[in-house]
Amino acid sequence: MSQVKEPVTFEGAVCPVPVHLGDTIVLGHGSGGRLMRGLIEGLFLPELDNPVLRAGNDAGRVAVRDDVLLAISTDSHVVWPLFFPGGDIGRLAVCGTVNDVAMLGAEPLYLTASFILEEGLDTGVLHRVVQSMKRAAVEAGVEIIAGDTKVVEKGKADGLYITTAGVGRIYPGVDIGGHRAQPGDLMLLSGPIGDHGIAVLGARGELGFEAKLESDVAPLNHLVRAMLEASPGVHVLRDPTRGGVATALNEIARASGVGIVLEERAIPVRPAVQAACEMLGFDPLFVANEGKLLAAVAPEHAKATLEAMRAQPYGGNAVIIGEVTAEPLGRVLMKTVIGSHRVVDELSGELLPRIC
Amino acid sequence: MRFVDEFRDPDLARATLAEIRKTVTRPWVLMEICGGQTHSIMRYGLEQLLPREVELVHGPGCPVCVTPLEQIDKALEIASRPEVIFASYGDMLRVPGSGMDLFSVRAAGGDVRVVYSPLDAVRLAQQHTDREVVFFAIGFETTAPANAMAVEHAKELGLENFSVLVSHARVPPAMHAILRSPDCRVQGFLAAGHVCAVMGYWEYRPVAEQYHVPIVVTGFEPIDILQGILMAVRQLEGGRAEVENAYPRAVVEGGNEPAQEMIDRVFMVCDRKWRGIGNIPSSGWCLRPEYARYDAELRFAVSGIAPQESELCLSGAILQGLKKPPDCPAFGRECTPEAPQGATMVSSEGACAAYYRYGLSERATASPQ
Repeated sequence: MSQVKEPVTFEGAVCPVPVHLGDTIVLGHGSGGRLMRGLIEGLFLPELDNPVLRAGNDAGRVAVRDDVLLAISTDSHVVWPLFFPGGDIGRLAVCGTVNDVAMLGAEPLYLTASFILEEGLDTGVLHRVVQSMKRAAVEAGVEIIAGDTKVVEKGKADGLYITTAGVGRIYPGVDIGGHRAQPGDLMLLSGPIGDHGIAVLGARGELGFEAKLESDVAPLNHLVRAMLEASPGVHVLRDPTRGGVATALNEIARASGVGIVLEERAIPVRPAVQAACEMLGFDPLFVANEGKLLAAVAPEHAKATLEAMRAQPYGGNAVIIGEVTAEPLGRVLMKTVIGSHRVVDELSGELLPRIC
Repeated sequence: MRFVDEFRDPDLARATLAEIRKTVTRPWVLMEICGGQTHSIMRYGLEQLLPREVELVHGPGCPVCVTPLEQIDKALEIASRPEVIFASYGDMLRVPGSGMDLFSVRAAGGDVRVVYSPLDAVRLAQQHTDREVVFFAIGFETTAPANAMAVEHAKELGLENFSVLVSHARVPPAMHAILRSPDCRVQGFLAAGHVCAVMGYWEYRPVAEQYHVPIVVTGFEPIDILQGILMAVRQLEGGRAEVENAYPRAVVEGGNEPAQEMIDRVFMVCDRKWRGIGNIPSSGWCLRPEYARYDAELRFAVSGIAPQESELCLSGAILQGLKKPPDCPAFGRECTPEAPQGATMVSSEGACAAYYRYGLSERATASPQ
């Protein structure tokens, strides 16, 4: 692979629904769902348009030489609270960018980190966050090679925000992107969904009950490498963060011009997440993950890919959750537990603000 | 998960569906009252599995949807005031008023907060004694006890800075209104299980008798709904019009008496307007005079409200079961969850939102040419 492929556009026959930009920014514009898509397609893309950006992946794929393809990504983190069961803003900031880079089939190499600190922040808190970033970077095998620090007046930020950027080298011969799902591909999921969103909600004390649950925040680049070493049939990788599995699958269906049919009973959800969702009226399909990936894999390679995933610490519970179909174009369907079919839409507005 | 999986059991669903098919001999139109049931029906694709003879039309039981526009405009006005913390269930935030919604008020600097319980709003009033905390007390009989409790609790605590903007609705008068409409097609009701958990179902016996319609108290999981449909169809096929309970794990005939007493202490029956439908006598609850000091409408003199309803929205006909969401020319075009023209497209209990989110063919037919 030496060329940047001409990406498939978002718009056209596959997406009949107009997206709404609105006059003012509301929290839903950061939800990862359809409102955010409205902002990207209605404001960012028209101004900054180029083929790489238009591909709509979490990282940009660029060729620096015919034989050197890079994946470049950036991600801001505003999670509140800063520390939650299973992680903290530092681990999240490293893993978020590592994963965005890895989802293009790349080995993440270097990160940068920018800190926006609120006047009055305890330096002990900052120290703990940075130590956590170091541990996550060591685990992922990346180095943080540049950084920046800004301080704003008290009340102008909420403690600490971190923006990371990352660069990785796409493995030779690998061509992975949201537009490459093909009818017949099987849809793989690396483990149970919704842990991160519910764990953060629990840490805020907003559940009204206790849930023994940890965020799944983790670097997935070693899992991706194992999958690519085991199988040449991986077409799409995506980490279903904000907007959850439902939104990520809708993005894939739209970008690839395919349908996706899920099997409801195959989708793993931990009892604690299920219980919290039942009580709060959430659908786990829309709840954020920070250590899971979805993969569209050619059917003849699905078994080997699945086995490779299951041998990895962050893929031990990997399962097949559905398949890619020719119809309905750009839509995700689900075969329900009782045997009917329904649409799985993307997230509309806000589900939970500031979870990453 | 216990107490959930049993009621989504595929074998039980198949058996109940087979029984419905065996029982039904001619077309019947059933209305599920509650928007929560509408969402379950769409989410589990129950209409695809039912025999063609059974048609479900969707009722007015979406509290967010029937909250009158002028009440939402009042909420927007109150929430915009700098001294106010406006607390609301999350669903209300995106409901369009005449010009904007509560999200926009928040984006413009208003202090609008989502709470899961009215008692959280009381707690906010305790924490912020220098601010006025207003809770948007909406809902059917289901939320009325908790809202009444919040008002009583605020009184016990001697809180001077807590008030409620009330928009409570009662189901039985709405059933009368639907059944009296000359266009009414409804032949049987699935009554809302959670409303009946509070109120019981004694109130429905006169309705079943007067209009000769079967009424089956029904839950919200797919097996509950199929069971409710089966019982209603059996009655219709047998020429019966009784009140039956298909949700005995949550509902008894007398309902939750302490909850009813609490409602009675704080609220009294009044006429109210339903968005899209109009005025229905005795269909609401408002605060009793002895609780007038907790009435946000009296505390904040709201004036200059001139409600302006979208001309595109058919939600009135949809809430009465006369039309279905795809019948609306704006559905999926001018009206989407991001740019809703009516509350039925917003609420997690709204019929339009259910069709938009889960419907298979509806959006295909509603997509622009």
